[in-house]
Amino acid sequence: MVEPNRFIEGFRQEAQELLVEIEAAVLDIEENPEEHEAVNRLFRAMHTIKGSGAMFGFDDIAKFAHHVETALDKVRGGLVPITRELIDLTLSSRDQIKIMLEASATGEAFDQEKNIEIINALKIIMGEGTELSSDDKSSHKQKKNLSFPEPEIDQQIPMTYRIRLKPSADIFKSGMDPALLIEDLKALGECKVIAQTELIPDLALYNPELCYLFWDITLTTAKDVNAIKDVFIFVEDDCDISIEIIEKHDLVESLTPLPRLGEILIERGDTTKEIVDKTLAKQKRIGEILIENGAVSPEKVKSALSEQEVLGKHKPSVLVSSVRVPSDRLDKLINLVGELVITQARLSQVSAKVNNIELSEPVEEVERLTGELRDNVLNIRMMPIGTTFSKFRRLVRDLSGELGKKIDLVTYGAETEMDKTVLERLDDPLVHLIRNCIDHGIQSPEERKRVGKSERGTITLSAHHRGTNVVIKISDDGSGLKSEVIRKKAEEKGLITSDQELSRKEMFALIFAPGFSTAESITNVSGRGVGMDVVKKTIESLRGSIEIDSITDQGTTITLILPLTLAIIHGLLVTIGNDFFVLPLMTVEECVEMKKSNSEKNRGRNILNVRGEIVPYIRLRDNFKINCNQRDLEHVVIADVNGRRIGFVVDNVIGGHQTVIKSLGPIFANVRDISGATILGDGTVALILDTNVLLEKAMERLP
Amino acid sequence: MSKTIMTADDSSSIRQMVSFTLKQAGYSVVEAIDGSDALNKLKTNAVHMLISDLNMPKIDGIELIKQVRAMPQYKFIPIIMLTTESQADMKQKGKAAGATGWIVKPFQPEQLLSVIKKVLR
Amino acid sequence: MSVDGITETNQYLTFKLDDEIYALGINHVREVLDFTKITRVPRMPDFMCGVLNLRGGVVPVVDLRIKFAMPVKEKTVDTCIIIIEITIGEEETLLGIMADSVQEVMSLEPDQIKPPPKIGTRLKTEFIKGMGKKNDEFIIILECDKVFSSEELVVVQDFESQPEA
Repeated sequence: MVEPNRFIEGFRQEAQELLVEIEAAVLDIEENPEEHEAVNRLFRAMHTIKGSGAMFGFDDIAKFAHHVETALDKVRGGLVPITRELIDLTLSSRDQIKIMLEASATGEAFDQEKNIEIINALKIIMGEGTELSSDDKSSHKQKKNLSFPEPEIDQQIPMTYRIRLKPSADIFKSGMDPALLIEDLKALGECKVIAQTELIPDLALYNPELCYLFWDITLTTAKDVNAIKDVFIFVEDDCDISIEIIEKHDLVESLTPLPRLGEILIERGDTTKEIVDKTLAKQKRIGEILIENGAVSPEKVKSALSEQEVLGKHKPSVLVSSVRVPSDRLDKLINLVGELVITQARLSQVSAKVNNIELSEPVEEVERLTGELRDNVLNIRMMPIGTTFSKFRRLVRDLSGELGKKIDLVTYGAETEMDKTVLERLDDPLVHLIRNCIDHGIQSPEERKRVGKSERGTITLSAHHRGTNVVIKISDDGSGLKSEVIRKKAEEKGLITSDQELSRKEMFALIFAPGFSTAESITNVSGRGVGMDVVKKTIESLRGSIEIDSITDQGTTITLILPLTLAIIHGLLVTIGNDFFVLPLMTVEECVEMKKSNSEKNRGRNILNVRGEIVPYIRLRDNFKINCNQRDLEHVVIADVNGRRIGFVVDNVIGGHQTVIKSLGPIFANVRDISGATILGDGTVALILDTNVLLEKAMERLP
Repeated sequence: MSKTIMTADDSSSIRQMVSFTLKQAGYSVVEAIDGSDALNKLKTNAVHMLISDLNMPKIDGIELIKQVRAMPQYKFIPIIMLTTESQADMKQKGKAAGATGWIVKPFQPEQLLSVIKKVLR
Repeated sequence: MSVDGITETNQYLTFKLDDEIYALGINHVREVLDFTKITRVPRMPDFMCGVLNLRGGVVPVVDLRIKFAMPVKEKTVDTCIIIIEITIGEEETLLGIMADSVQEVMSLEPDQIKPPPKIGTRLKTEFIKGMGKKNDEFIIILECDKVFSSEELVVVQDFESQPEA
């Protein structure tokens, strides 16, 4: 017996996903009422909630969903038009299901009145009365159809039935094997089976895929006649079936000439049984032959398959086949792979030292496999950003309505994948940024009209891969940022002085300063003066960067650049003295050499001339107070940090390093310019540097 | 060798339940999330029986059954459809498309197994 | 006379710093390592030696000699690192403490432990849980939660005295 509870959690999760799907579909329909596929999606999701809900004991949800589904079916059939009212009702139904789902988890009560309210409102739209309809009927039918589980009550008195089973000739094509029916009958009691062969044609006309046999069966059983009928439940329509009672065995007396004839028939039955077997054998062979036929050109099959696979891949699919795994198990796996990567690096190093070809070959293989394993495991955590995007559609819809604005949300690159943990932590910053677009970016319809734009504003949300990073852009076609306003505000707040010259980029970057807010009025939506700095901090804690660009009256674009994953980064391994450090390769642009004489020439001014371009640098040796002699030849790693080219002076550049990030733990929580540590092949710990913070700190120290 | 059964359903919780029940009963299971997934997987897996939902995205249950029946190697396998209501017309359509039988949701694992026993041996 | 809070454990790991014997409740101790390579973390106070690799994990190491204002000594073959479990804020974490040598695990019944002397030790009295005695030698039992508290350990980076290079 299977414990159904284990599936209840599965249903809850699924239902949550379906609710997201429902919301997305409804919003699609609202945008484009002609989109039939969205209506279908909506119907299917509601249908699944109903069906699976009933399956796992969520009867109230199933019942409620049934009413909604009935209404949606009419919409699907074009019987009912899509109206704003219908959309709102569907959304409230969705919300109500969510409430019921949550109530079922916590055991709390929910507002049942609301159910009735929604159902009645739906019925009015459907033009129905408020009679309670189909669910009663269907529940009756269900009972009727599912008589299998009900234990058949044995009649005390056995009876003998004469059963004739005459299947339609093409019964095999329905996947039913009459032999199984006969076996089921045999299981009911004492059973005699005679196959009738008179319909079997000449061999030349014989079609092995057809059934020419029919059977006369004499069954003596104590079971109810319904038990016999149940055997034929699937074939009622395909077979001529007659069931007659020949005899009641209340008197223990046997009869007449039949036994003898019966014996003969048994004899005949045996031979025909062979024919049955033969038929079946032939059937199988035909199957095999057909398989062979299919395999005659395996290449063709293969190519067709791969073509289909490709087609399947390119179809945008919201639903992805999946196995649910608790994320802590995944974290554990990733940690283990991290350890493996470290150990493998160590192994490679040892092998290089030993320099034995017999050893180095398998070690290289291990290296390749480890790399592949690492990529695959990291891939498991990858999720399409689409689920996150779809959440914002509701946000945009609700907020714009609240503010009396007309806004469309357009998304691109929903299939772009990134690490689940990164994705989860992106939610809040993205909500904030989008709220900003709605609140401050896009103007009211009147205002937009006045400046010659269409009444409807657009927020564009896009994502794409760039190397090992994901680039997310949020842009609006609103009023844009006004440099003067920002400047004035920053001066008021004492962030800059009135004579300070700022580039456009630097000017916009002021928005990320703590406590900075340009909203002229504080609304419910945003503009509380906290936010952009928090957004920036969150993005940076994810090892990402944020940039803002804006054109007055045309709109604002915010660009987030984030790593694909937090577990492993591509790093550049460098040394200073005896210490190893890792710089995130994502920001590194090039490495150049610097002679001691050169740095002496520029004494006092930490700048370097790279092919005619002046690049300021930070001498990490001094920055970290590492006491050892300065080399005659140093290396400068030039990186792009928040749009600035900056050099980091180190002793030596070792090379690229797959860096498994280890936390330094709570003791070093305040250490900001070191974002973590990693373990090198020989077991040494190397520190991972945060170039953002290094630059920030260096700027602070400037007079 | 254990028989392999495919469950095609867009509801993950139902797939999970069907799959668990079947595995407990000693069958091998191939899961498919919709009709087109089912068709693809049928090409690469040798399946002895199909349990299909009717309402699915991309290719629905009825169409799936039709297409499976058109595949030579699956011309005669048992196909059970899952219906939500015992709508006579859906059953008719399913039968016409080539389904062997049906089971009405909600059902208990034992009911599922008893239906399978009816058609697959 | 007994001291509050000593009832729960009576097993202690003793170790030497300079010529003094210290002890830690065994329930705090995870393991003892030989001295191994430690990676310095820049701009840390001197007592924070750096971090070491403990089977793929990164563990900070504290030099108790410096923490307790004793003279710095060359490492010997006896120098070892005791890995202990502590709680910083809400988070449980591992910490390595460097000691001249590890002595033994010993039992001390609560009545064998005297309260810390008010004067005459180089440590803050709150660091000391109590004083034990064995073979006429005093054993200073450390109050792990105090010595290795977030106030004592969570380091602030020293950016201010940055040389303007």
